[in-house]
Amino acid sequence: MADQNSTPDRDFESVLTSSDTSVAEFEDSNRGVVGTLQHVLHGNPTLVPVIVLVVAVLAFGLIAGDRFFTPFNLTLIMQQVSIIGILAAAQSLVIITAGIDLSVAAIMVLMSVISGKLAVELGVPAPLALLIGFAGGIGAGYMNGLLITKVKLPPFITTLGTWNIFFALNLWLSGAQSIRGQDIDATAPLLKFFGLSFTIGSARVTYGVLLMIVIFMALWYLLNKTAWGRHVYMIGDDKEAAELAGIRTDRTLRQVYMLAGFICALAAWASIGRVGSISPQSFYEGNLESITAVVIGGISLFGGRGSIMGALFGALIVGVFQSGLRLAGVDVLWQVFAIGWLIIIAVAVDQWIRKVSA
Amino acid sequence: MTNPILQARGLVKRYGRVTALDNADFDLMPGEILAVIGDNGAGKSSLIKAISGAVIPDEGRITLEGQEVSYSSPLHAREAGIECVYQTLALSPALSITDNMFVGRELKKPGFMGKYMGMLDRKAMEDFARAKLSELGLMTIQNINQAVETLSGGQRQGVAVARAAAFGSKVIILDEPTAALGVKESRKVLELIQDVRSRGTPVVLISHNMPHVFEVADRIHIHRLGKRLTVVDPKEVSMSDAVALMTGAMQPDAVAA
Amino acid sequence: MTKTFKALMMGGAAALAMTGAAHADAHGDAITACLITKTDTNPFFVKMREGATEAAEAAGINLQTYAGAIDGDVESQVAAVETCIAAGASGILITPSDSRALAPVIGQAREAGLLVIALDTPFEPADTADATFATDNFEAGRLIGAWAAATLGDAAADARIGLLDLNPSEVSVDYLRDQGFLTGFGIDVMDPTDIGDETDERIVGNDVTNGNEEGGRTAMENLLQIDPSINVVYTINEPAAAGAYAALQAFGLQDQALIVSVDGGCAGVRDVAAGVIGATSMQFPLRMASLGIEAIAQYAEDGSLPENSEGLDFFNTGVMLVTDSPVEGIESITSEEALELCWG
Repeated sequence: MADQNSTPDRDFESVLTSSDTSVAEFEDSNRGVVGTLQHVLHGNPTLVPVIVLVVAVLAFGLIAGDRFFTPFNLTLIMQQVSIIGILAAAQSLVIITAGIDLSVAAIMVLMSVISGKLAVELGVPAPLALLIGFAGGIGAGYMNGLLITKVKLPPFITTLGTWNIFFALNLWLSGAQSIRGQDIDATAPLLKFFGLSFTIGSARVTYGVLLMIVIFMALWYLLNKTAWGRHVYMIGDDKEAAELAGIRTDRTLRQVYMLAGFICALAAWASIGRVGSISPQSFYEGNLESITAVVIGGISLFGGRGSIMGALFGALIVGVFQSGLRLAGVDVLWQVFAIGWLIIIAVAVDQWIRKVSA
Repeated sequence: MTNPILQARGLVKRYGRVTALDNADFDLMPGEILAVIGDNGAGKSSLIKAISGAVIPDEGRITLEGQEVSYSSPLHAREAGIECVYQTLALSPALSITDNMFVGRELKKPGFMGKYMGMLDRKAMEDFARAKLSELGLMTIQNINQAVETLSGGQRQGVAVARAAAFGSKVIILDEPTAALGVKESRKVLELIQDVRSRGTPVVLISHNMPHVFEVADRIHIHRLGKRLTVVDPKEVSMSDAVALMTGAMQPDAVAA
Repeated sequence: MTKTFKALMMGGAAALAMTGAAHADAHGDAITACLITKTDTNPFFVKMREGATEAAEAAGINLQTYAGAIDGDVESQVAAVETCIAAGASGILITPSDSRALAPVIGQAREAGLLVIALDTPFEPADTADATFATDNFEAGRLIGAWAAATLGDAAADARIGLLDLNPSEVSVDYLRDQGFLTGFGIDVMDPTDIGDETDERIVGNDVTNGNEEGGRTAMENLLQIDPSINVVYTINEPAAAGAYAALQAFGLQDQALIVSVDGGCAGVRDVAAGVIGATSMQFPLRMASLGIEAIAQYAEDGSLPENSEGLDFFNTGVMLVTDSPVEGIESITSEEALELCWG
């Protein structure tokens, strides 16, 4: 698109010297420590989750002892957060557009059930069954996008509805019955591909964890290095401005929801490997857990701000807290308690950072 | 005599029973600053929307450089070279100056990464943005990658105008550029408008601020009751007469235009 | 006599509820009974509805069924009870989504003269309802605990036990099964309504699973991180057991540990056959519901209330140990036999 517009000449630096240096001066007056911190965080919103993650890992290493701070346990945490992490990647995309997708986990579970039914019970070749699952994920996302952009329903309501619809379809198709791991092994082991792993020393890395990391890196590239990604941010920041500035916002939004749906379908494949079976009752609150990861990762629920990598760190923070508290022998309900505070603190920090001004 | 770069004849736009544009004409000459003034509800914004593609007139025709044009969207008008800086600026506060300047016309890296991976050429974009801001005397913005929300109101206006002027546009329309600004910043923006003109791009300035209009405009288009009442020369008409014309307290033939 | 109920209820449930008078002339149709389950998708409740439907047809009873959207959906169940009162039902069979929160509306139903029977999940206190027809969850746990201890033999003395429970709320079914298991295994449970207060050193720890595979897997991983030598795994239900097995498999420890569970769903029974689960206690949702319908028919007939099983505060609908490695002194059936009886 850019090519047809005026190509900037390579000599424009020369005008710098002649420019007026007194107009519209940016005053960098003393802000104090707090103000400086606020500015630094404003420029690097991922810094907060990274700091929290590092501090949490070190703290639990001290509290929970050597059982926590082993390569094996740290990679186990990554396995445990991998599915919610992938869902959080999809969720981040949507939240950056100032939307929300309550249906991510329902799409995932539905697609795992569809692929599983086809491959394990109906004898469809596993690659085809997976492809149908991917198409289903994209289709489900398209449905969300269409309702949001054409029917102009708020994302919250739309996905609240589709969450229920997809969940009901899932229960209908599966009869709320799991497909057993042994049956998958016997008929379509490809479905459990992402449960396979390799070891480096005592660290055990599953392909599911690698998939999560690859998805985050790909999305990071897409959001930060391509025009499409900048448009996604701009839509989330100010949809009206984006439209006036020439972005086809509705089309981009539909693409966002479709991409999120596709990522959910990838999560479906990964979840079969992770869980070991196809479980229609699992991940009922996966949508909320993915939102938790996104919020703790410093991505603003108001859209347009935060780095996708934050969601990865957010998911890891939740995993580290759960594992650490567990190994420290703390009752489960205090894990829930701790995550609750993390969410509130994360949103409060986001609000504070957003107040930054010149 | 030179021909108008942008011309409209007999524009009509009705919203139900309300006629917003009633056979309105419009002429913008090359290299001039044309102010458009009019009372609230006179149909200024409908006129601007019609020539910038935001609304499609029911009747009438618009010519750009002598060619008849009809736009189906602001995007379309923009591609043809008509840039509109809205009162809201259409900037994305959380994004950087560079991102905002290039939105919708980003530069891609040459070669494989740009062509197949869609990778942006950030260096080229930043350099270009810096150069454009410098041309307009805005280069004291130290960091081209700072978020727009960290800029002052005048600086933001500057970024929006720079964006409009940067891509070889033929006409720039500014909607109330000084409305939200203080005295000092308004002054800078007026200088900016004159800079844009001095670089050869004609400017349409919509404003309620008479001193500003009289300071920078070459001609003043007075809009009243959905049509162009008259065009006056600010050097020959007093501010109070212009206001009188605008509000209907005076008829155009009463002034020697 | 109950036909009078119905006739009157149709006219005005509230009036009847206040006066309690039920002596108008009978006219109209069959007895109505309601079945309110936690959800209508869980195969356990599907089987329950099947049992109720069959029994209702056999007895010529008009059956209305309701369900919440998810487990814990109290509002839907309250609305269902109110609808049943208004519809003039003679009795309600309900699996309460919340053992306490439904008490007020159940009180209204009973004041209005309906027989209320809790199925599967007792109210707290149990006499909130007229009767409870349920699996003896404590007994279900005790059976698998005793089986595990007997299977280990002398090694039971230094077993390493992991307990995979339901959720942080510690609802009755959760602690009854857990504490029953420990009792059967021969461990002092301290407070029998509190999970995790035990001090026996053989217990490695407790974690929660939400009763599904994903939770089972994560919980098992967590316990293995605390102590990788775990060799006895109690699970709240069979999906959690399948998840626990997947975790053990991933750690290469699937042959080290004995997994026991509760439920008797068909997938679980197949897991017993496949050696994933060592033993599971089967419950009988179909019987729960059909006995419940019969009790409502009886109550409609002569007003007699069902009686509790001896020594229990509920009517025990039975539990059966399913294993392919039977031990002496504990009655059990094989997975093959169980496949005929399983639900889902």
